[in-house]
Amino acid sequence: MKKITNNDNLIKLYYIGFALLGVAAAAVGIWYLQKLLVPKYQRGVVEGSMIAEYYQSEEPHEVLFLGDCEVYENISTVALYRDYGISSYIRGSAQQLTWQSYYLLEDTLRYETPDVVVFNVLALKYGEPQSESYNRMTLDGMAWSLTKWNAIEASMTEDEHVIDYVFPILRYHSRWSELTATDREYVFDRDRVTVNGYYMRTDVMPEAGFPDPTPLTDYTLPETSMEYLSRIVELCRENNIELVLIKAPTLYPHWYEQWDEQVRAFADRNNVPYINYIYLRDDIGLDMSTDTYDAGLHLNLSGAEKFADYIGDYLVSHYNLTDFRSVPEVASMWENDIVFYDQLRDAQNAELAEYGQLQSWGANAIEN
Amino acid sequence: MLFTSLPFVLFVAVLVVVYYAFVPHNERWGLLLIASLAFYFFADPKYLIFISVTALTAYIFAILTEDYNSKRKAYLKEHKAEWDADYKKRYKTVTTRVTRLLLFFALLICLGIIAVTKYTNFVIETINSMRSEPLSFVNVIVPMGISFYTFQTVSYSIDVARGTVKAQRNFWKFLLFVSFFPQLVQGPISRYGDLSQTLYEPKNFDFRGVSYGFLRILWGYFKKLVVADRLVIALKTLTGSPDEYKGAFVFVVMMLYAAQLYCDFTGGIDITIGIAQMLGITVKENFDLPYFSKNIKEYWNRWHITMGTWFTDYIFYPLSVSPTMLKLSKWSRQHLGNEVGKRVTVYISCFAVWLATGIWHGAAWHFVVWGLMNFVVIMASQELEPLYAKFHGKFSFKGRHWYSAFEILRTFLLMSSLKLFDCYRNVGLTFKMFGSMFTTFNIGKVFGGSLLELGLTRGDYMVAFLAIIAVFLVSLYKYLRGVNLREFLFDKYPLFVLSCVVLFLCIVVFGAYGTGFDASQFIYNQF
Repeated sequence: MKKITNNDNLIKLYYIGFALLGVAAAAVGIWYLQKLLVPKYQRGVVEGSMIAEYYQSEEPHEVLFLGDCEVYENISTVALYRDYGISSYIRGSAQQLTWQSYYLLEDTLRYETPDVVVFNVLALKYGEPQSESYNRMTLDGMAWSLTKWNAIEASMTEDEHVIDYVFPILRYHSRWSELTATDREYVFDRDRVTVNGYYMRTDVMPEAGFPDPTPLTDYTLPETSMEYLSRIVELCRENNIELVLIKAPTLYPHWYEQWDEQVRAFADRNNVPYINYIYLRDDIGLDMSTDTYDAGLHLNLSGAEKFADYIGDYLVSHYNLTDFRSVPEVASMWENDIVFYDQLRDAQNAELAEYGQLQSWGANAIEN
Repeated sequence: MLFTSLPFVLFVAVLVVVYYAFVPHNERWGLLLIASLAFYFFADPKYLIFISVTALTAYIFAILTEDYNSKRKAYLKEHKAEWDADYKKRYKTVTTRVTRLLLFFALLICLGIIAVTKYTNFVIETINSMRSEPLSFVNVIVPMGISFYTFQTVSYSIDVARGTVKAQRNFWKFLLFVSFFPQLVQGPISRYGDLSQTLYEPKNFDFRGVSYGFLRILWGYFKKLVVADRLVIALKTLTGSPDEYKGAFVFVVMMLYAAQLYCDFTGGIDITIGIAQMLGITVKENFDLPYFSKNIKEYWNRWHITMGTWFTDYIFYPLSVSPTMLKLSKWSRQHLGNEVGKRVTVYISCFAVWLATGIWHGAAWHFVVWGLMNFVVIMASQELEPLYAKFHGKFSFKGRHWYSAFEILRTFLLMSSLKLFDCYRNVGLTFKMFGSMFTTFNIGKVFGGSLLELGLTRGDYMVAFLAIIAVFLVSLYKYLRGVNLREFLFDKYPLFVLSCVVLFLCIVVFGAYGTGFDASQFIYNQF
């Protein structure tokens, strides 16, 4: 048998050392390329940045909003703080499905337990996964945990694979040919796009009426979404959280009377308040000729502040919430948010004054 | 489990780790068998029935044949002194018939399975084309890799009958030979005598072998995912609308398909051989720089080598030396003259080989015609050989670099044009499209932006082009130096590691897989 010499060991070490170096280089390469190739959601379509921003937020949140664009575009978190001292966060993203809201609540509970959860009911109409791009905007931003895994499993469309969520480069690798300046700029860091989950728009496009609602063959809200709503109720109860169901005051997509009745019945059965703000638009003081930026689909800053003022009043009068304006530690954190909020508003107003429309936000900002 | 799927990559990774880390070196073949059967099972559990029946048939008949042969030899030896020459001859003739009968039954079952599963509907389709009342097609599954494993069992049965290999007495070991998963899907077509040398022997971890295998797998995936699966997008558009894409577009099809088929097939073989190499098993090479061939004969000695040698050894030679052919040869020499007469049997055998090659490639007439076109071209070039010799005698081009390049280009174009049958999958259409290259002059349209309407972007073309250049340069290195680049790289190990990393990253980023790409099977999976 050949005797193993020190020289042999050195050679072995040389090979193994370089092989390990290669593995490390490949891992670093993949890590960097993944960072480069995934969509950044920093200009135009920014909704994909919203979910991840939560983890940067430092202040405690007593109120948590869950839902889709009907919450993240319609409720100003800063107005809630300024007017009532409510420290809130909106965990919402584009077409956020009910089960995604459930898992985002579960995810939030890993970090804090809010006193009140406000869930917007529009997404109850969806009983099945809808679209990969919306899924990705909601799920990619979630921090890794079993909750995220379950959210992915519940959300995937037929053509999606869980491995693509674990290694997003497998999904986005072909973006090498469409990388934009934004992709290169935001490889490692992202700018804030929301103020505690609120996506601001200051431009105005008056409501101009909507097409008549299409009659449906079946008005029953899907079993899956209702089941997840029950799970939200259950989770809130287990954690002593007050749950409020709301329907935002915007009229489109159409919210059918039959759906409203089912949610109301559910709320009654579960002893949970349900407020349909569509019926309260006048009380809120919404003027849809000035309070919407996209012809009535979503509220602009003016509308979002009015709605926040109205819902804030309900929250402080029904729940024992802290007025964080008198809690210096939290107030100082909110002051930073307010500065950002004001800067954002001023920047958008400046663009409106200069160009008559927003250039750095919304459709005009989408890079091709 | 597609070779290009992540589950397959994980399957191989786990297998290699378990193989070396947890299984005693003399029992590793057992793990390979389990892995192979699992691979087949995950493809479709029903496939296991077909492969098991084929394997069991070849296994049993081989043992029967070998035992019978030993007994008859022993009996002959025992009675050698007692029998006269005539009796011995008669004994041999009779017993050889029994051996042949056993072989016949083995082949009947093995080839019968493939005939029924793969060719029944082809026969029905052909009959229907001649009848007014069509017969209905039968619903049969075509087991994955049936052409490959059937050929392996057929060659094994014949080799045992010939006495050139010993029959395997352990059924599980034999089943491993038939089902060895890396080569099950697209070959190469291994011979028992070759593969058994390394398949069952105890294996120790060999760092160089594992490294070579790993790089080769990466190289295979690079060719398959970066080139082949990218080009297939444009090819589908081009061949899907032949009326729209004729003339110069047919030349584009020729070029793209030549690159796609090469990268698809050799990529798959690289993955196969690479996996085998990582497991310490040597599998025969199936390609030897086919696009550097200077003539068609050479091309077929370098392309799908194991198939070519299989047809040569098990069809061409047996047919050429069969009593009927010998008689025919004698007759034709007498009646047609020596020059013509000696060619008759060669041509018939060649014809049979190429007909079989065409049919083997697929149950469709375009494959049959493709096979026969190869026969025609090879025979024509053989016939023209004296003319070439005369020409080269007059002009001393032969051996010059530019002339070698011309020969390579000529062969490449000729073989690429024959591949059009596979692109258009219709004999009439193929001839029509080929003809349009000389009648429709639309080269301006090709470069006037039409290429960007085929489903590939400018970036895609650039990536494919650079990858093809890389493939060409690696091949050129082997052509000029006679050794594989990986051997040079391994001697400069940091470069070897760097190559692996770069290849890996290129595959992940530039590979045509996932959403937006229709991950395609290897072309040779269907055979």
